[in-house]
Amino acid sequence: MPSNKSVSDAPIVQFTNCRILRDHQLQREDLWVREGKILNPEKLFFDEKGSADVQLDCKDSIIAPGFIDVQINGGFGVDFSLATDDFKSGIDLVSQKILSHGVTSFCPTLVTSPPSVYHQVLPQISVRNGGSHGAGILGAHLEGPFISKEKKGAHPEHCLRTFEAGAFQDLLATYGSLDCVQIVTLAPEMKRSSEVIRELTKRGICVSLGHSVANLSQAEEAVQHGATFITHLFNAMLPFHHRDPGIVGLLTSDKIPAGRRVFYGMISDGIHTNPAALRIAHRAHPKGLVLVTDAMAGMGLAPGRHTLGQQVVEIDGLNTYIAGKCCTKTLSGSVATMDTCVRHFQEATGCSAETALEAASLHPAQLLGIEHKKGTLNYDSDADFLMLNDSLYVQATYIAGEEVWRQDVSGM
Amino acid sequence: MKLIILENYSQASEWAAKYIRNRIVQFGPGPGRFFTLGLPTGLPRDHPESYHSFMWNNFFKHIDISPENVHILDGNAPDLQAECDAFEEKIKAAGGIELFVGGIGPDGHIAFNEPGSSLVSRTRVKTLAMDTILANARFFDGDLSKVPTMALTVGVGTVMDAREVMILITGAHKAFALYKAIEDGVNHMWTVSAFQQHPNTVFVCDEDATLELRVKTVKYFKGLMLVHNKLVEPLYSMKEMGAERSQSKKPYSD
Repeated sequence: MPSNKSVSDAPIVQFTNCRILRDHQLQREDLWVREGKILNPEKLFFDEKGSADVQLDCKDSIIAPGFIDVQINGGFGVDFSLATDDFKSGIDLVSQKILSHGVTSFCPTLVTSPPSVYHQVLPQISVRNGGSHGAGILGAHLEGPFISKEKKGAHPEHCLRTFEAGAFQDLLATYGSLDCVQIVTLAPEMKRSSEVIRELTKRGICVSLGHSVANLSQAEEAVQHGATFITHLFNAMLPFHHRDPGIVGLLTSDKIPAGRRVFYGMISDGIHTNPAALRIAHRAHPKGLVLVTDAMAGMGLAPGRHTLGQQVVEIDGLNTYIAGKCCTKTLSGSVATMDTCVRHFQEATGCSAETALEAASLHPAQLLGIEHKKGTLNYDSDADFLMLNDSLYVQATYIAGEEVWRQDVSGM
Repeated sequence: MKLIILENYSQASEWAAKYIRNRIVQFGPGPGRFFTLGLPTGLPRDHPESYHSFMWNNFFKHIDISPENVHILDGNAPDLQAECDAFEEKIKAAGGIELFVGGIGPDGHIAFNEPGSSLVSRTRVKTLAMDTILANARFFDGDLSKVPTMALTVGVGTVMDAREVMILITGAHKAFALYKAIEDGVNHMWTVSAFQQHPNTVFVCDEDATLELRVKTVKYFKGLMLVHNKLVEPLYSMKEMGAERSQSKKPYSD
């Protein structure tokens, strides 16, 4: 059909025979893409009198926004907290491999490390768009070292620090640069955390509470100063107590400033959290749930020993524990992939496919304040999306409208 | 006329859809040979979202129509009368309307040809009756002062020029209008009655819309359903039509 497009000559692709996730529902609609963005076909039709150049039959797949992983420590043998010579190629490898898990954007996460590691590694991480080379990088997530000794989990004690002396300046000195940092996890009960939280929030950095023994009022204060996220809810924090719910109580707190929402990460690999606990959190605050993998270097590899920053970790099936201390059973990251987390989440909570998919796409985008361009299939947002079958297995991954990964027909 | 009586709204809609589909397929449209479908303006163009969205979501996005072949009266044109005249010209240029599909208002109007409209009127600017304004208030948050009082509409004469006219009438609130349209005389107070003088009209309605008709009329036309259903069965498809075009004469005449 001749098209008379007045706005752009770029080719228009129409994905047909699919169900797209839009407005929180799977709707039988076509998806239109031009120049890497989702296009409004009605405007195209009436205002530009244009039509599709290419029509692709999606064979009744589900089309959902690409997954966004805001906590991933590495994978496939790569550890983001190790300052190796080939760090850049390591991050490239991971960003390329996670396309098959449906992740189109991620925040490479660094666990508690000595300042030298931050100074060497952070300058090598740059915010960049995704594409056939791999998922897009939204910025780094720094988990530690300003965390509680009692709840350090797998983080090395000798690298823990406080910012009592110089507050924000201490933090800046430790990290070196905050240029490409998107999220910082800290323990709010630490002295002068309010100042630090305010400074970070002012710079557009998302502050997350985790690895902490804070009580509910300390957590609420932190939220009032700008914290908006909870790192892996339930893990590395005080357990819920009915007279002091601790950080977990933020899910139903009435002291959250108006217009703000507290989000919380959940590693739904079936190990970090009992499905019943996952359900309790989901039911208490469904709109705040953000699925994260917290994957570490061993993800995607055979069982055995791997590193997680300064620690050595033992992997056995889906379980990842600190090595050597046979009785410690301290979880340290996971080997879960994002799509398995989505499926497990749906199974455990019995929620709809839409809810499960949004927990991995819309909610992380909302957390980072980028939902106008990521995490949805709304008109004019980035065309980062996935084709999935009804059981939520990823069949194909698209970034900026280009196919960057497709499931092998042989079913790999 | 053919009066097609179906049990309810969905059956009536389905019958009408099948009929239109068969008509288009049998016409054999192609490059240079356009099947011109006429539809009344649903809402004053001053509410572009509603009308364009309505047409897009309910019709255009489901078919492979070229945007250049879509002509919608523009209520924001600088010279409204010129816009209307140009519309009439476009109809002529397309070879005339093959099939005009419309509904009927409770006051018996077709398109926005309110009671009192000339039965030979052409596309023009029309002042809306209070009934119509009330009916359209729902698109303007129920605020009557926001509803436009004028609209562009095809005229009764314009529709009479179409080679075939199909009117869809469903619901008890339209029953009186249907009675006036087909059992009473031709009258400019019930503009749909003009189609009594059109050689090729189909009225598709549901049981509720027949509530004001004579039992005799309803029984007569229901008895004809066996014959009328031949117009929708078999349901033709564009792919099959190549070979069968020579045989696709109407099975019977009015």
